[in-house]
Amino acid sequence: MLTKRIIPCLDIKNGRTVKGINFVDLRDAGDPVELAEIYAKTGADELVFLDISATEERRRTLADLVLRVAEKVNIPFTVGGGISSVEDVDILLHNGADKVSINSSAVKNPQLINDLVAKFGSQCIVVAIDAKQIDGEWIVHLVGGKVPTELNLFTWAKEVETRGAGEILFTSMNHDGTKDGFANEALAKLSTELNIPIIASGGAGNMQHFTDTFIEGKADAALAASVFHFKEIEIKDLKEELKRNNIPVRL
Amino acid sequence: MKIVIIDYGAGNIQSIKFAFQRLGYEAILSKAADEIMAADKVIFPGVGEASSAMKKLRESKLDQIIPKLTQPVLGICLGMQLMCHSSEEGDTQGLGIFDVDVIKFSKEVKVPQIGWNQITNLKSDLFKNVKEKEHIYLVHSFYAPLCEETIAEAEYGLGYSAALKKDNFYGTQFHPEKSSEVGEQILRNFIETIETPV
Repeated sequence: MLTKRIIPCLDIKNGRTVKGINFVDLRDAGDPVELAEIYAKTGADELVFLDISATEERRRTLADLVLRVAEKVNIPFTVGGGISSVEDVDILLHNGADKVSINSSAVKNPQLINDLVAKFGSQCIVVAIDAKQIDGEWIVHLVGGKVPTELNLFTWAKEVETRGAGEILFTSMNHDGTKDGFANEALAKLSTELNIPIIASGGAGNMQHFTDTFIEGKADAALAASVFHFKEIEIKDLKEELKRNNIPVRL
Repeated sequence: MKIVIIDYGAGNIQSIKFAFQRLGYEAILSKAADEIMAADKVIFPGVGEASSAMKKLRESKLDQIIPKLTQPVLGICLGMQLMCHSSEEGDTQGLGIFDVDVIKFSKEVKVPQIGWNQITNLKSDLFKNVKEKEHIYLVHSFYAPLCEETIAEAEYGLGYSAALKKDNFYGTQFHPEKSSEVGEQILRNFIETIETPV
């Protein structure tokens, strides 16, 4: 049986992890490779590296990081952040990333999804969508949720699927950082209307939130950052809890 | 032990090379027929779309070489699918090593299947020291139905082939190089336990 995935997300700036990370057993708290290895050993199903650098050397630094992660880590990982061309994706996949995630570049140039799928296949193209519910309507936002677009979440998600994306990573800006649970109503609608896997993101605060997003939100995977980085939730404990709730997990 | 990973421009070759490195083996990337034929073990990777990958194989004439290999060969993911008789993806004629036609998952399940599923009915030394129902990582939209050559099964809406074997040819639909310790055991078995048939 296909299991539900638990995905820690690492924010990366200039090749280093950004958010404060409370791992006493880390030799170097800013080293993404070391952190990734620990997550792989402690039951993470997949990892996402989100690059938020804004420097000239960004591309080379990220490509180098991907190579170092691929060398050490024996589970799949996705790389996102600032990816805007076929060439960007080519080097990241070549260096060992399993999937890439595109966001703003897909909104600005939807044809990019088709081009990437044609060259690399659906299976490695994730489209990340940040959306905010305003007066009842879910509106797609860019630049980490700061800039609204004219796009409706569900219309855009359907277009993303039609253009061939293999997976959608949906972050609710209303829930992100609140630790108050995932946007399960919107997630369930996405999961029902679309026929590709949906990753839930934004709002994880406790273990019950994960159970809820898999059952009520019908999510295929759940992504979180701080609850894992600060050891508020151990992935092994979380998976045992999910199993008790009859949610299929890899233990 | 000379391990060659066939490098024909359609594979996650770096990840496979690193996986062997973690096991203590140096694998060589090559598309040279003589180097592939001289290897003790051959890995045939593949990600992407079937017809374009098959086209690349034909352009480098590797479609003639691979079926004639006599040492153990392991096809991974699309590599396994291309070793089959045909694939519905891009209406592709395969290498015909495994006597089965690859078809697309129905719309009753989410496509692609992405994530960790379980393998059962394990029937080969490729799975030595691997327990029934262990989890492996898969990403795919097309599958090989169950057949005589099935040596491991998975279930996604229906039962299908997670791995195939015929003579010296092995194929896994899953990615052992991304399947944590279970995948490492399977790669180790392929290198250390599987021998060239006499």
